[in-house]
Amino acid sequence: MTQKSSGFFNWINTRLPIVNTYERHLSKHPVPKKVNFWYMFGALASVVLIIQIVSGIWLMFGYENTEEGAFASIEYIMRDIEYGWIIRYMHTTGASMFFAVVYLHMFRGLLYGSYHKPRELVWVFGMTIYLVMMAEGFLGYVLPYGQMSYWGAQVIISLFGAIPYIGESLEIWVRGDYYISGATISRFFALHVVALPLILIALVFMHLVALHEVGAGNPEGVDIEKHLDENGVPLDSVPFFPYKVLNALVAIGIFGIVFSIILFFFPEGGGYMLELANFEEANPLSTPEHIAPVWYYSPYYAMLRAVPDKLGGLVVMGAAIAILFVVPWLDRSKAASIRYKGVLSKIAMTVFILSWLMLAWLGTVPVTALRTTLSIIGTIIYFAFFLLMPIYTSIEKTKPVPERL
Amino acid sequence: MEEKTTTRRKVLIGMTSAVGAVGASFAAVPFIASWNPSAKAKAVGGPVKIDVSKMQIGQKIQVSWRKQPVFVIRHSKEALESLPQVESKLDDPSSLKIDEPYRDINPTLSTSTEYTVIAGVCTHLGCAPKYYPEMESQPWDESWVGGFFCPCHGSMFDIVGRVFKGVPAPTNLKVPPHYFDGNILTIGEERGTA
Repeated sequence: MTQKSSGFFNWINTRLPIVNTYERHLSKHPVPKKVNFWYMFGALASVVLIIQIVSGIWLMFGYENTEEGAFASIEYIMRDIEYGWIIRYMHTTGASMFFAVVYLHMFRGLLYGSYHKPRELVWVFGMTIYLVMMAEGFLGYVLPYGQMSYWGAQVIISLFGAIPYIGESLEIWVRGDYYISGATISRFFALHVVALPLILIALVFMHLVALHEVGAGNPEGVDIEKHLDENGVPLDSVPFFPYKVLNALVAIGIFGIVFSIILFFFPEGGGYMLELANFEEANPLSTPEHIAPVWYYSPYYAMLRAVPDKLGGLVVMGAAIAILFVVPWLDRSKAASIRYKGVLSKIAMTVFILSWLMLAWLGTVPVTALRTTLSIIGTIIYFAFFLLMPIYTSIEKTKPVPERL
Repeated sequence: MEEKTTTRRKVLIGMTSAVGAVGASFAAVPFIASWNPSAKAKAVGGPVKIDVSKMQIGQKIQVSWRKQPVFVIRHSKEALESLPQVESKLDDPSSLKIDEPYRDINPTLSTSTEYTVIAGVCTHLGCAPKYYPEMESQPWDESWVGGFFCPCHGSMFDIVGRVFKGVPAPTNLKVPPHYFDGNILTIGEERGTA
């Protein structure tokens, strides 16, 4: 490589390790030779991150972060700015797609035990990214200052009020006012466009550095590091370029089609991605008939509603997210992949995913007595899946994991 | 000799860190304090006055104070007389859990014998509860006796804002400071404090 380089390139490369970094993290980085479509969502998530950053910067050109101007400026972007509508729908579709690919990416992790030793930190960084994303999505949803922005924020900020002693003053501190006002919007704007994206990008960087240190997993849960060639490269691996890159390009192509169909034909996602109440300006005196979060928060919202106690609801919701962080230490199975785990794990996984989907639905519909009961059952199953994991993964009989991929 | 140096180094590192931490805490003060309501936000939100004589018996109106809804309800005599009947369903019928200055004065929980004045902010997560005064079966309660229902998370309150048992809201709806001067209701201050 160095012989071929021109003088100028060589001059740079001896001062900045472009070639080394490129080879280490991109072109020559070894990836398992056999993976399936579940392993594409990480790449897709980084594509959506770029879509969000670019469309977000363009939205800032037209958005006004004041109580009087916020809602009108969104309409201005939608109607008066050339192609403003496509930029905004790109951003809103991107938000939903970000969560969609991240949920599938996380499910892949659960399915194939991607968090098993030595990938615990990759999982923990990933969960932190998810947590920051939830905050980022919430802050962004408040910015248009529509009815659902206002009342959604009212509910979420009131959660702080459940904290004993300091709760009420904390609420006022977060809002910077006695209601969700221009003061709230301008600070949420700053957090949404500067502070959290910086943290998010830093976390993505850590997620990738940690991943490249330990290497990607595979659907068989085989440790490919056990069998290396004379250069120390795993025998069951292929270089990132061209194998992984071309795979990813196909996935990105398909993703682009799905993204465009939503963007052009269903930008509101039937009211689950952009809620209809948000096409009305915020009115602090009137709560909409039915308050529901966008779909990607709904399972946790259903859990909040399942608990008939203010502080209890907050604790359950927080615990539901927190427990995801410790999954690497809850799974005691000798096999990483569901393919070699026992029947108990398979049943647990199936029940878990069904109850998660049920909670996601329950979080979007109005409360009735029956639905509250179902939410309670769903919440119990959610926690049982994780809390009983050390038991069922250690007592069940696993199949022997193959030596080679 | 070497051990002595490391000990001394540890002490110095510890002291430097401690002083640094104190400095960092002081430096954090302006950043944290700047999130408090500004002088402008505090200045807005003076008291509001309304004439309640035009209200029908049984009517509920909504007043905006500090950009938050305040409900004023003019109760019929029968409605007020029926209040003790729902007490078995209530979590805190005598408003002991909250700082409620008017609880012992009137069954309306206000300074008036006829009107109730309550903040229309659910004590659970801040939605505005809706008023369903009729005594009839509702999707959330088959034996509904009339009162407020919060559409967000299903908290229920009676017609003077007292919370039901077994709902997410922890306390009764708050009563804002207010006074009546004949037919003029002032919300946002106590009598004689202005």
